Amino acid sequence: MQRFWIVILTVALMLSACSTTKSVQTAVPTAKPESKTLTVFAAASLTNAFEEIGKNFEAANPGVTVQLNFAGSQTLRTQIEQGAQVDVFASANTKEMDALVTGRFVADESAQIFLTNQLVVVMPANNPAGLAVLSDLAKPGLKVVLAAKEVPVGNYALQVLDKLDATLGNGFKDKVLANVVSYENDVKQVVAKVQLGEADAGIVYLSDTVAAPELIKIGIPAENNVVAKYPLAALTQSKNSELAQAFIAYVLSADAQSVIQKWNFLSVK
Amino acid sequence: MRLRRSSTHHMVTTNSRFDWLFVVPGLLLVILLGLPLLALFLRASNSDFFRYALSDTALTALKLSLFTSLISVMVSLLVGTPLAYILARWDFPGRAALELLIDLPVVLPPSVAGLALLIAFGRQGVFGSWLAASFGISLPFTTAAVVIAQTFVSAPLFIRSVRIGFAGIDPQLEEAAHVEGATQWQLISLVMLPLARHALISGAILAWTRALGEFGATILFAGNLQGVTQTMPLAIYLGFERDLNVAVVLSVMLVIVSLILLGVMRKLDQSQPKQRRVNERFG
Repeated sequence: MQRFWIVILTVALMLSACSTTKSVQTAVPTAKPESKTLTVFAAASLTNAFEEIGKNFEAANPGVTVQLNFAGSQTLRTQIEQGAQVDVFASANTKEMDALVTGRFVADESAQIFLTNQLVVVMPANNPAGLAVLSDLAKPGLKVVLAAKEVPVGNYALQVLDKLDATLGNGFKDKVLANVVSYENDVKQVVAKVQLGEADAGIVYLSDTVAAPELIKIGIPAENNVVAKYPLAALTQSKNSELAQAFIAYVLSADAQSVIQKWNFLSVK
Repeated sequence: MRLRRSSTHHMVTTNSRFDWLFVVPGLLLVILLGLPLLALFLRASNSDFFRYALSDTALTALKLSLFTSLISVMVSLLVGTPLAYILARWDFPGRAALELLIDLPVVLPPSVAGLALLIAFGRQGVFGSWLAASFGISLPFTTAAVVIAQTFVSAPLFIRSVRIGFAGIDPQLEEAAHVEGATQWQLISLVMLPLARHALISGAILAWTRALGEFGATILFAGNLQGVTQTMPLAIYLGFERDLNVAVVLSVMLVIVSLILLGVMRKLDQSQPKQRRVNERFG
């Protein structure tokens, strides 16, 4: 029994030793301000645009490394809530950002809309199901892939189907939903399934089609489409808040907004 | 033969000064392995547990997981057992390469497995396009795709276990049975399978637990649709995005099912001496 307590004590000592060395280590980086890492969590749909913007920002700020992490906005939000060390969050909808404001991870009123996006129907290059118009999505036996409703784009897709249902009638939405063979975890997986030709059609952001030019598009009329608003904010926990603000200012600059337009997003400027 | 420390705790004192060399690192790992599971259980133990556990999403996913993983285990049993026998007993060129091929899925990242399956058996895949053209079969997004993904990652574990089981049987037994005039079928069904019973069962359970936990290959190859392809791990991943509580409860359910299966396997491990007696009787 005595040995048991010795073991416990040893472990406790080791653990406390670890924690002291850690606190020493964290103090070191402040002494070297020239190399800084900015961690940015961004919606999966922003992958291409933010990679380019990140590189430009690094080029304009020597010594700064922009570390980008892309996933579904809802995943990123959960990771932040569970303690991920993040400086800037760019969400594909206001819902996830609002949740972080409620949880005091983002200061009130600090989030800014930095671009908007729209949805489009995409098909594989060889269009195996021979789709031509939006109402074709209701054809029985079609393989349609959407993002899950928990993912912003999946939620937007359901809104679009609702609006189209009102226009086209004839049980359009239910017929399309009956054709859904998979609800994917983020928009890039929807694009991939369509690109690989496994799905006959998918509903994705217009911005996703830039990196997949071979896909055939069917536009959704403005009155049936949604305006997906993307908010951006620095996190209150950020240890690089000045750099975070500089990054946000850069994303809103004319320079970055032109990159954003290049990737088929709509600029807010 | 080493003494079992648990039963001779107070008797062996010569080494005790260095025991911490074993206990401290061991304890650290036990903490690493145990704390996350403990956290899951603590987080799940609230009054809403059963509301989430009995929800439509959870039960549908649990049923689908048990159904698909059982089928994949049966596939492993039916086609993996002969292969394990071949690997244990036959000598032929390319055997080493075959063993390598069978071991590979165990170490591959699930995303690679899923992508490979999609490119092979997808509708426009290398073989999938032939399947679609000849039989009108399209595998992705079906329950069959879930079973294929699970079998892809779990069958190697089964084959490995059974191969070792077969290899451990004294070849003289087979010769003796031959001399006694046993047919090949009698040899397999009356001698080899009963003697390798333990390896068969533990291999099957190992494959079963692996199939139950399969995530990456499934989500890539089979997609995610409730009741069709949404197994427990997929429901947990999506639950994690919808509501952490749902994910936690689903995780605890999966941990419990896996614990039961592993417990059964241990029980069988302990009953192994019986099998040795059988062995001696045959010898």
